Amino acid sequence: MKAGTKFAMGAVLIVGAVGYLMASGIKQTGQYFLTPSELAQRVSADPSFYDLGMKVGARVVPGTVEKEIATQTLRFHVTDGTVSYPVVFKGLPPDTFTDSVEVVVEGRLQRDGVIHATNVLAKCGSRYEAVPKA
Amino acid sequence: MTLLGPLSLWLAFLVGLWGAITGFVGGAQRRLDLQQSARHATFALFGALLVAVISLEIGIFRHDFSLEYVAAYTSRNLPTFYLWSALYAGQKGSLLFWATVLSLFAMLSQLFTSRRHRLYLPYVAAVTCLVATFFISVMLFAANPFERLGFTPLDGRGMNPQLQNPGMVFHPPMLYLGYISITIPFAFAIAALLTRKLDAEWLVAVRKWTLVSWLFLSIGLLLGMWWAYVELGWGGYWAWDPVENAALLPWLVMTAFLHSVMIQEKRGMLKKWNLALILGAWLLSIFGTFITRSGVIASVHSFTQSSVGYFFLGFLVLAAIGSFALYWTRLPLLQAEATLESMVSREASFLFNNLLLIGIAFSVLWGTLFPILSEAVKGTKITVGPPFFNQVNVPLGLALLAMTGVGPLIAWRRASVPNLRRQFVVPLTSGVFVLLVLLVAGMRDVGALMAVSLGGFVFATVTQEFARGARARHRQYGEPTALAVVQLLARNRRRYGGYIVHVGIVLLFVAFAGMAFKTETQATLRPGESATLKSPYGHVYTFTHLGISQYNALNREVTAALVEVRRDGKLIGRLRTEKRQHVDALGRPTFEPSTEVGIRSGLREDLYVVLGGLVNGTEQAVYRFTINPLVWWVWFGGFVLVIGGLIVLWPGGGPVAVKGSGASRVQAGYAVKLEPGDR
Repeated sequence: MKAGTKFAMGAVLIVGAVGYLMASGIKQTGQYFLTPSELAQRVSADPSFYDLGMKVGARVVPGTVEKEIATQTLRFHVTDGTVSYPVVFKGLPPDTFTDSVEVVVEGRLQRDGVIHATNVLAKCGSRYEAVPKA
Repeated sequence: MTLLGPLSLWLAFLVGLWGAITGFVGGAQRRLDLQQSARHATFALFGALLVAVISLEIGIFRHDFSLEYVAAYTSRNLPTFYLWSALYAGQKGSLLFWATVLSLFAMLSQLFTSRRHRLYLPYVAAVTCLVATFFISVMLFAANPFERLGFTPLDGRGMNPQLQNPGMVFHPPMLYLGYISITIPFAFAIAALLTRKLDAEWLVAVRKWTLVSWLFLSIGLLLGMWWAYVELGWGGYWAWDPVENAALLPWLVMTAFLHSVMIQEKRGMLKKWNLALILGAWLLSIFGTFITRSGVIASVHSFTQSSVGYFFLGFLVLAAIGSFALYWTRLPLLQAEATLESMVSREASFLFNNLLLIGIAFSVLWGTLFPILSEAVKGTKITVGPPFFNQVNVPLGLALLAMTGVGPLIAWRRASVPNLRRQFVVPLTSGVFVLLVLLVAGMRDVGALMAVSLGGFVFATVTQEFARGARARHRQYGEPTALAVVQLLARNRRRYGGYIVHVGIVLLFVAFAGMAFKTETQATLRPGESATLKSPYGHVYTFTHLGISQYNALNREVTAALVEVRRDGKLIGRLRTEKRQHVDALGRPTFEPSTEVGIRSGLREDLYVVLGGLVNGTEQAVYRFTINPLVWWVWFGGFVLVIGGLIVLWPGGGPVAVKGSGASRVQAGYAVKLEPGDR
C-alpha cells in the first residue's frame, strides 16, 4: 500500500474521531436554550420537559430578588415580558447580578413550577460599557 | 484638541485609501513611483493615527468629559495607571487602538522586510492599508471615539472595576498585538498570490511575522487566563467562553502553520495547505473581533450589542470570498514537489499534528457557533458548555501531546527500524516510568494519568535531543557540557527554541490535568469559626474566619475579610478577600460590588478564598474556599513557552538563509555535524 493511501486512512481516522467526539459531546452535553415563553410552550406540549437540564435566558424581575445569605439561597423571578418563572439558586451569585440584569439560568424546571438553578450567569451587556444610557 | 482627533482620523482614512490604491496599482503596473507612494502611505497612516491616539489620551488625562468616550469610561478619581488603559477599555477606543497598532505593523513590515522580498511589499502595503481603512471607517461611520456630548458632565461614569486590575492593562494590548499582527502574514500571502511568486521565498518572509503574532497571542491568552483567575473569582482560568474561544482559534491555526511550514521548506509539500492556514488564521481573527463586538453569541465578556458587529460581519464575508477566490485561481501554481514516502516519517507525524490542531480548532468553532447553527437548522437554540469542550478536546489534546513527542524523534522521509528503536527507547521508558509512579501514588483519573505520563514522554524526548546535541558538540569542539547546551541553543535557535516551547506545553498540560483534582467548599462563618477542606495531596486545611474590616480607599468602599489558614493544624498564614463597592467623586456607588480573591499560590496547589457577602451586615461571612492544584505551573509553563518563542524569534545567530529553498533546508537542519552513529 502506498504511503499516501495509508496517510489518508489515518486522516480519515482522525477526522472520524473528531466528528464522533463532537457528535457525542453535543448529544450528551447539549442543553436547550429557551426563553420563558418557549419553555412554557414546550412544557405544555410535552410534560417530559420537566426536570430536563436546560438554560433559560431572561431578565430578572425588579423587586423579586430575595437573598438569604445565611443559607446562601437566592430567589428571584425571571421574565421575557410575557411569561415569568420563579427561580431558586443555592450558591454565590456572580458580582454582576443585580435585580434588573439579564441572566442565563442553568437548571431544571420542577413540577412545582420553580426553576431549580445550578448556575446563574449574569449577562451584563454593559460589562465594559459603564451604565446604560438613560 | 476638539478638532485634531477627528481631523487626524479623516486624514488617516484618506491616506489609507491612497495606500491601498497605489499599492495595488503600483504593484500590478510595476510603477515604482506608485509603489514608493504606497510605502510612504503606511508611514503617514501610522503618523495620523498616532496623533488621534494622543489627542484621545490628552482628552482622557484632562478629564474632558465633553467627549462621550471619556465620560463613559473614566472618572476624576480613577487611578492614573488606569487612565492609560482607558484607551482600550471601551469599544470605540479599542478600535482606534487596533487601527493604530495595525498601521504600526504595516510600517514595520515595510521597514524590516529584507530586500529580496521587495516584490511583495507594494501589495503588503495595499492590504494592510485596506484593512486599516476598514477599521477607520467603522470608527468614522459607526463608533467615533471623538463623539461629543451636547453638554459637559461634571464627572465621568468611571471604569468597570473588573477592568481595574493590572492584568487588564496588559492583557488586551497583548491579545490585540497578536490578533492584529496576523494581518502581516495574511498580507504577504495575498501578495504572493497576486504576484504568483509562490515558492519558498514568501514563506521565509512570513515565518517570523507569524511567529511574532503567535507569541503575542500566546502572551495575551496567558494574561487573560491570569486575569480571569485572580479577578473574576469563579476559581478557574479557562471557561470556554466564546470570547476566549475566539482568541484560541487563530492561535491553534497558527500553531499548525508553524509546524507544517517546515514540511514545505524541507520537502516542497503542503503549499496549498499552508496558504489556506494563513488565510484561515486571519479570517478567524476578524471572526473573533466580530464575536466580541456583535453580541450575536451570548458571552459574559462581550462589548455591548451594537451595529459595529454588522460592519465586521460584512467585512468578514467579503474578505473571505475575496481571498479564497484569489486562492482558487492560483491553485495550479501550488503543486507539491514531493509526495509522502512513508507513514513513519516526520512529514507524516507533522501532518497528523496539523490535522489534530485543525480538528481541535474546528470543534471549538463548532461548539461556539452551535447555538446559532442549531437555531438556524432546527429552530431551537441548543447550547454546549465546558463539558462539551472538555469531552472533545481532552482526547484530542492528549493525542496532540503524544505527537509533540513523536514528531521530533522520527526522521524525515522514511524512518528505519533501528532508528526508531534508538530514538524511542529512553522517552517511552520515561513515560511508562512516570505512569507507574503515579499509579503507585494512587492517582486514578485516566485523563490526568495520560496527560502527566505523556508529559514525561515528551520531556524525555526534549532532554534526549539536548543531550545528544550537546554530546556531539562536546566531541567535535571539546566544549564543556553547559557551554555546549548554550551554544546549541544559540546556533540553532529555531530547533532548540522550539523544543523549549514544547517543554512549556508539557508544563501547561500537566497543570491543566491538575484541575481534575480541584476541591471546593462553601461555608457561612461567624468570627472564630472554621471550615475544613481536604487537599488532593491528603492535607487537611482549616480556614478560620478572623473578622471583617470596612474602610474607604481611593475610589472604593472596601469590606475586607481575614482568614487564618492552617495546614494539618500548623499555621501557614493569613488570607484576605474583599468586596469592593466602587464610588464616584461624591461617594455615590457606581457599578455592582466586585470581589477581590484571596490567593495563596504554591508549587503544589493554590488556596483560593472568595468572600461571598456578609449576613445582614453582621460579621458573619459567607465564604467559598477552593484548592486548585498546580495552577502555578500554568504561569510557569506559559513563561517557558514565551521564552522558547523568543529564542526562536531572536534575530541573527545560526546558519542564515542565503537564497531559495536550499538555504532554508540548512536552517531546518542541524547546528552541528553529527557522527554517523548519532542518528
